[in-house]
Amino acid sequence: MKKYEVDVAVIGGGSAGIAAAIVVKKAELDVLILERDKEIGGITLQCIHNGFGLHEFEEELTGPEYVQRFINQAKDLNIPYKLDTMVIEFTPDKTIYAVNNKEGLIEIKAKAIILAMGCREKTRGAINIPGFRPAGILTAGQAQRFVNIEGYLPGRTYVILGSGDIGMIMARRLTWEGCQVKAVVEIQPYVSGLIRNEVQCLEDYGIPLITSYTVTKIHGKERVQGVTVSKVDRNFDRVIGSEKFIECDTLLLSVGLIPENELTREAGAKISVMGGPVVDNNLETTIDGVFACGNVLQVHDLVDLVTAEAKRAGLNAIEYVKEKYGKEIGKKTQIKCTAGENVNYIKPDLINNADLERDIIFTFRVKRPDRRLLIQFKDDKNKIVYKRKKIYVIPSEMIELKLNLREQQIDPDCKSLEVEVIPRPEVLIEED
Amino acid sequence: MIYDVIIIGGGVTGCSIARTLSKYNLDICLLEKEAEIAVGTTKANSGVIHAGYASPRDYIKRHLCIGGNKMYTQAAEELNFPFKRIGSFVVALEDNQIKQLEEERKKGTEDGVPGLEVILDKKKIKQMEPNLTDEVVGVLHAPSAGLASPYELTFALAENAVMNGAKFFRNHEVVKIKHQDYVFTVRTFAGEFQGRNLINASGLYAARISRMLGLDYFSIMPRKGEYILFDRNAIQLNKILFPIPTKVSKGILVCPTLHGNTFVGPNAQNITDRENISTTTAGLKEILEGGMKLVPNIPARSSIRNFAGLRAVPDTYDFIIDNTDVYGFINVAGILSPGLTATFAIAEKVVEFLELLGVELKVKEDYNPIRPKPERFKDFTKEELDIKIKEDPAWGRIICRCETIPEKEIINAIHAPVGANTVDGVKFRCRPGMGRCQGGFCRPRVIEILSRELNKKYEEITKSGEDTNILMGKTKDFLLKRERGGARK
Repeated sequence: MKKYEVDVAVIGGGSAGIAAAIVVKKAELDVLILERDKEIGGITLQCIHNGFGLHEFEEELTGPEYVQRFINQAKDLNIPYKLDTMVIEFTPDKTIYAVNNKEGLIEIKAKAIILAMGCREKTRGAINIPGFRPAGILTAGQAQRFVNIEGYLPGRTYVILGSGDIGMIMARRLTWEGCQVKAVVEIQPYVSGLIRNEVQCLEDYGIPLITSYTVTKIHGKERVQGVTVSKVDRNFDRVIGSEKFIECDTLLLSVGLIPENELTREAGAKISVMGGPVVDNNLETTIDGVFACGNVLQVHDLVDLVTAEAKRAGLNAIEYVKEKYGKEIGKKTQIKCTAGENVNYIKPDLINNADLERDIIFTFRVKRPDRRLLIQFKDDKNKIVYKRKKIYVIPSEMIELKLNLREQQIDPDCKSLEVEVIPRPEVLIEED
Repeated sequence: MIYDVIIIGGGVTGCSIARTLSKYNLDICLLEKEAEIAVGTTKANSGVIHAGYASPRDYIKRHLCIGGNKMYTQAAEELNFPFKRIGSFVVALEDNQIKQLEEERKKGTEDGVPGLEVILDKKKIKQMEPNLTDEVVGVLHAPSAGLASPYELTFALAENAVMNGAKFFRNHEVVKIKHQDYVFTVRTFAGEFQGRNLINASGLYAARISRMLGLDYFSIMPRKGEYILFDRNAIQLNKILFPIPTKVSKGILVCPTLHGNTFVGPNAQNITDRENISTTTAGLKEILEGGMKLVPNIPARSSIRNFAGLRAVPDTYDFIIDNTDVYGFINVAGILSPGLTATFAIAEKVVEFLELLGVELKVKEDYNPIRPKPERFKDFTKEELDIKIKEDPAWGRIICRCETIPEKEIINAIHAPVGANTVDGVKFRCRPGMGRCQGGFCRPRVIEILSRELNKKYEEITKSGEDTNILMGKTKDFLLKRERGGARK
């Protein structure tokens, strides 16, 4: 068995993994990227549409152009990476076992690990659509790979369930290919992806978006022949009598993404409700020296934000290797962050009391869209630590806030912090 | 050529008969209408190997089930398919149901079901199965009940049959049968076959095949059962959990699978369309609610797939295993639950009938009952894995992330006897696409491998046979066709 020793091992060579590795390498630490696909770049490689890089480079790039800049940088820095390499296990003492077809089984002893495995798409089973199980049902991301990477079309006429970003982008992409997209069907009363995608991918091409509807039956024994869509009420129960049949030969699913954390779970790290690992303000999981960034931590809407998060994970891993590795770490006292009114989740899950001097970046999403709001952080005694006005919120846009809790005069003995997004009191509205 | 035996139907019953007969010096062939074997009733079977106390005493299926259960130990050793005796509970939720459990226990024990026990000690019950509802008042424990993977068993049977000389023909739907001068001429869409003996194991279509020879003495009704499958590590059950049975079925069970998943189902719904394996909103709700009566903390949010299967229910409600009035024609029909359990006993019954028909049954000198265990990545230790990958790099290229399936297992599945030739065929043989992503990542790569190994174009690769092609053309195809069609000119 081939054995390696590195300072930092990065699992996953997509946008997050490469950005993190670059930061680590620049600090002159040994780094190694482990990538399961045949090239580095990750899912961004199949996102051939534009809209990438507005934050990071202040220009508009396609996905492959965006990630290529990082790949080039990694190559210039001679960052080693292993392709077709699947990590099968990592242990809390940061030993990684992986396989590839050139070296067989390899063992990598790392001082720190950065998890950057990305996410996967929810499938039909996860949402339990009844009906037949013919050919012609696939996730939007899988269709994207077939069309953009492999060069094949999975069908001619489509219904897309879910108005996630990939679904809307594929609606446009398939229209360009001469396919017909009959409708994008969304169970929520609002679009679930970014507004810019609704405008640029659906409205501009006259593709109908049907909200508060869902697919309630799939027709066709061999090949999809159509779907029945039904209106849903507030509780997402279907409204009897509202069924409509839409003929199509392919159903694409764009019903959400789940962070891919099987390795993380098996290693014994705590996983939060939304599927990402529990992390502290340094993006460190509940296993010492194991950090997480990108979509494996939380599903992002912009790759630029993934890059920023990955850089932070890289910096924290460097700090860990240089200052904490091998030293006895006492029990950490931590403040727990929780999601309150209209907040779906918040990262980090924990704040180390020892780090209260630092700026902390909070990221969270709301459960439903709203206008004229107040974002509030409350401690466990209901004292408001921080508040800020916000004109509108939607679930598809991640909210990011940088806060220094010491400056906000947080009680260092507090055990938890709750974030809530509540309607603004009337008085404040006039100030707007 | 004239075969000694032609078997119609490549489900577990047909394959089990083929394998049992392949022991003897006979020319055997099996005809299956679909692109793969084990895709009808077999595929959506619960996989429960029943202890055998459940059917009424005057039914032959009771006796074939009790006998068949015992045959599993040796068969699993020979054929190396996943099988485990984990034991089952019939769960009583009311005091007045205990009497029924006692009665089942008494009769079952008399008929040779080993180890049956009624347990009333709630603490002990919960210890054996912590996920069981607090409402439980008692259970009938059957330690000999177990789990087998119905399709993996079928693949094993087919492989072993082929190893011993049987011939399998897929995509061969029987359309007409002629019987003349003691020879059956079986016409399929893909050619004619002749045989001296004909075995009808065609599941839902058994009555139709029987009628082709003028025998119209039973009917088969499709009865649908729906299931929901949950992700691994969502919940961990120790036992197969049955409710108190009803007249129609054994009820909705909550059951672990041999691969660490859990399922609930099936319900029972009589239908008319023999291909209607669609699931329904009402049905999925029914099974989920049914399952929750036994296991209140069913992880509803971790479901990864719902599916339905059809049982072939005969109007007699018992197995129809007959040496018919047409000399040499044996019906093996109406094999509903506990057909999987009885499968080896059913095959032996067919051997008896062939003997009565005067077929000479001489055991082959080179008969080999062992079907080697398929090599699995997951079964190797780290050291073994290292050696394996060095021997063949395809062991080191992981195709399915969720189930950790390397390219080599897929190649083996394709080139095995009666190997996979569709995406579903690969999935059922070695599990890529069975996991939580349901093929999201691996499907393009499975298509690539099938296309390479079978020397077919990407567009020709199907999900499950004719008309189920996964890709419809290359990019720009539709645009070019539109141009050529002159629509733009």
